[in-house]
Amino acid sequence: MTASGFPNSRVIGHDVARVEDEALIRGVGRFVDDIVLPGMLHVAFVRSPHAHAAILGIDPSGALGMPGVHAVLTLADLAPHLTDTRLVVAMPSPSYRQQLHRPVLADREVVHVGEPIAAVLADSRYLAEDAAALVDVDYDVLPVVADCVAALEPGSPTAHRDASSNLVAEMTVEYGDVAAAFAAAPHRFRERLWIHRGGSHSMECRGLVAVHDVLEDRLTVWSSTQMPHAAHRLLCDIMGLGERQIRVVTPDVGGGFGPKLIFYPEDVVVAVAARLLGRPVKWIEDRREHFVATTQERDQYWDVELATDDAGRVLGVRGLLVHDHGAWTARGVNVPQGAVAAMPLAYVVPAYSMAIKAAATNKVPVTPVRGAGQPQGVFAMERLLDSAARALGLDRAEIRRRNLVPAERMPYATPMRTRGGIPVVLDSGDYPRCQQMALDRADWAGFTARQQAARAEGRYIGIGLANYVEGTGRGPYEHVSVRIEPSGRIFVATGAAAMGQSTQTMLAQIVAEQLGADMSNIRVVTGDTAAAPLGIGGSNSRQAVLAGNSAHAAAIRVRERVLEAASQMLEVAAADLEIEGQRVRLKGAEEVGLTLSQVARAAAGQAGFSLPGQAGPGLAASEELVIDAMSYANGSAVVEVEVDIGTGAITIRNLVFAHDCGRALHPRIVDGQLMGGIAHGIGNALYEFMAYDENAQPVTTTLAEYLLVTATEMPPVTILHMESPTPLNPLGIKGVGEAGVIPIGAAVASAVEHALSSFGVRVNRLPLSPVDLLGLLNAATA
Amino acid sequence: MHDIAFTLNGRPWSLRVEPRRTLVDAIRDDCGATGTHIGCEHGVCGACTILLDGEPVRSCLMFAVQADGRALRTVEGLEKDGALHPLQRAFIDHHALQCGFCTPGFLMLAVGVLERTPNISDEALTDVLSSNLCRCTGYQNIVRAVRAAAEEMAP
Ligand code: FES
Ligand code: FES
Repeated sequence: MTASGFPNSRVIGHDVARVEDEALIRGVGRFVDDIVLPGMLHVAFVRSPHAHAAILGIDPSGALGMPGVHAVLTLADLAPHLTDTRLVVAMPSPSYRQQLHRPVLADREVVHVGEPIAAVLADSRYLAEDAAALVDVDYDVLPVVADCVAALEPGSPTAHRDASSNLVAEMTVEYGDVAAAFAAAPHRFRERLWIHRGGSHSMECRGLVAVHDVLEDRLTVWSSTQMPHAAHRLLCDIMGLGERQIRVVTPDVGGGFGPKLIFYPEDVVVAVAARLLGRPVKWIEDRREHFVATTQERDQYWDVELATDDAGRVLGVRGLLVHDHGAWTARGVNVPQGAVAAMPLAYVVPAYSMAIKAAATNKVPVTPVRGAGQPQGVFAMERLLDSAARALGLDRAEIRRRNLVPAERMPYATPMRTRGGIPVVLDSGDYPRCQQMALDRADWAGFTARQQAARAEGRYIGIGLANYVEGTGRGPYEHVSVRIEPSGRIFVATGAAAMGQSTQTMLAQIVAEQLGADMSNIRVVTGDTAAAPLGIGGSNSRQAVLAGNSAHAAAIRVRERVLEAASQMLEVAAADLEIEGQRVRLKGAEEVGLTLSQVARAAAGQAGFSLPGQAGPGLAASEELVIDAMSYANGSAVVEVEVDIGTGAITIRNLVFAHDCGRALHPRIVDGQLMGGIAHGIGNALYEFMAYDENAQPVTTTLAEYLLVTATEMPPVTILHMESPTPLNPLGIKGVGEAGVIPIGAAVASAVEHALSSFGVRVNRLPLSPVDLLGLLNAATA
Repeated sequence: MHDIAFTLNGRPWSLRVEPRRTLVDAIRDDCGATGTHIGCEHGVCGACTILLDGEPVRSCLMFAVQADGRALRTVEGLEKDGALHPLQRAFIDHHALQCGFCTPGFLMLAVGVLERTPNISDEALTDVLSSNLCRCTGYQNIVRAVRAAAEEMAP
């Protein structure tokens, strides 16, 4: 066990066994595709093969004639059972210039390849897919918008036939007098950047099973979603049903990484179909569908400028971000907003002005993927700092050190606000020291000698670094209830949703710390709308912060109740009692005590008898601790690369990641979260590319074409920890689920540029495939 | 339709299947052994890896009829008398699983490899493990777990 950041703690802060592992390791976990119900029908969707087309007609007769086929549902079939034929899910923002709410199923126009048009229900998925191929859709192909920059040019075709332009949203995030800062600045640096991020590619794709229980008039939907409560509310709204008539449950979820927080057309179709047909209905997304129907992050084009003084101190940053929004607003403008918010965050930037234009394209809608725009914002800032360092003759670490928000200015109130209007106040941390830790471990100072030695052997190695600050723990709350059952077992329910981040372990640890330290006595239910009345779910690295602190508060209240009731029953002072395992006992005289079961039964009460203690009936408490302000985590990555100038191949030789996420509830899980994020960041830097051709036809639709990092691409990674507890919550924790991914692309770019500095190569794009790199080399040497 | 017979974790099964039915669908849906997962159905992710007569294979790339007369092993068969296989223990001890979706495929791949090549080199081991995908862990804990189990399993 590692040393704990929580003094005197027995469970939290320690590397205890995960409660999730026992079932998963035996292959008896229950993922959505593992759910089988008698009489279940299987769905295959008819999806658009065109990026943009008018639908002239849909003829299902060929499919309906097939044995084993039960129904073909189009929007016309579903509409009578819906309060709205569109998914109105856009987060509020004054920046929208048009509303692009996507339809439950496309009926007059399709706007991206993969958009669902009809659902075929059959006895098996095999039959449903056979039949889907026989649904005859008559298309009239329309002009296509394949590129977000071209989309905003005058005269561009529009992604939606009836739209007057492709501008979906525009806004400017700004503070200070940027014009004056630039007018007075002795140095200005400009970069034009293209940053591409691909999809989430959780190993489990999306999936749904729905069954309507006619006795209770209740529809149960098992969904591999990150946000069961949001899905529940949206299903109730669109189906016009009461809260009790629908239950959404997340079974084991095989990874989320962002897109599973979205509410999708398939969610509605499967739920309605189960009621309409009176049979359980299952739809499991296949990988190819995941490429064309699950939301992604894709292209951002940045044109940015940095102004500094002679010492390299930042005076201002300004620019324009053109963002590929995709065909519909499936979440909002939070990806470009997150990118622009992240860009200056680690540094003292006195004046800032970034304009955002989100452009509609005929591609899958864009919504957050792990990191949610922040890797792009960090990339833009770090590229500018590298170019300033080069021009001013400063070491790249030194220019950053001069600009990082210094520890003595914490808490540091930036002039920015979050998307919800909450002031951005950097609450704690020592960013320069964190950077120094990473530099020291990576031997930044000794690198020049290593580089020269390599150069003498004809090898090109380089080192790069990048810093990030990440807003974590987005509020306002998460629900957690803690109850000691009459059996003495402890039941915890939450609106938080698990998708592999050890949420159940995290909550069990926090509750066990207060209630006997026996994690095996605790059962945690995540992501079930019948078990938790309220909830927000998994996004924004928020659940340890929000659910963790609610669990902490609820467990403390239950503990007080246990001690109060037991003190009455045992006729001793509550302060002399302790809870150990499933017993409440007298400190120093362990044989004197009661089981939790005895206390719980007494506290449950009996008609006509008074309750033990003054704390009221039952041993239960629920909490929704409200924390609006985000806690800001930070970190620094140093990456060493070797570039083969003959093949363009880039090998990462070493990676050091120093970070601060406040206190660590479970150090090994924190490392695991970071390592997964780092791997994802390496993928984004070097391999992952969601390619479309000029007709917006996706051309990477298998995992053989879209490359994920494998074991052989992982470099040696060293993770270093600082612990600056945030004052914003009782546990002093910050989120960590996305941190790993954020600085990697920027650090790799810095290192590659450094390796090839003798050629004058400038890295202004990600990812960098070998072909891309050879292109940059040729351009630099031409 | 074809009549086929195989053993799954030592237990005999007789099935009547369409020729196009994939082996992974037969294992999951016909035999009810849902520990084997499907991540891509095009032979890349390895989530569906099982042992066919001791060899790791991608069960999404095989038809059920090809398993006729063969011995299949899946994650459900790793435990012995309620005790976890050393690889299962090592995966838990090294936090080599997060969501756990890729885990059965990695376990079966590793079992197959270690049974044939107990003293595999570090480099060769990483190379073999690169045939399966995991989006959660960044692989290093998986490699460590398999290495630790290899040492424990070594004769
Ligand atoms: S499901 Fe078989 S290799 Fe991916
Ligand atoms: S643990 Fe989630 S994919 Fe490997």
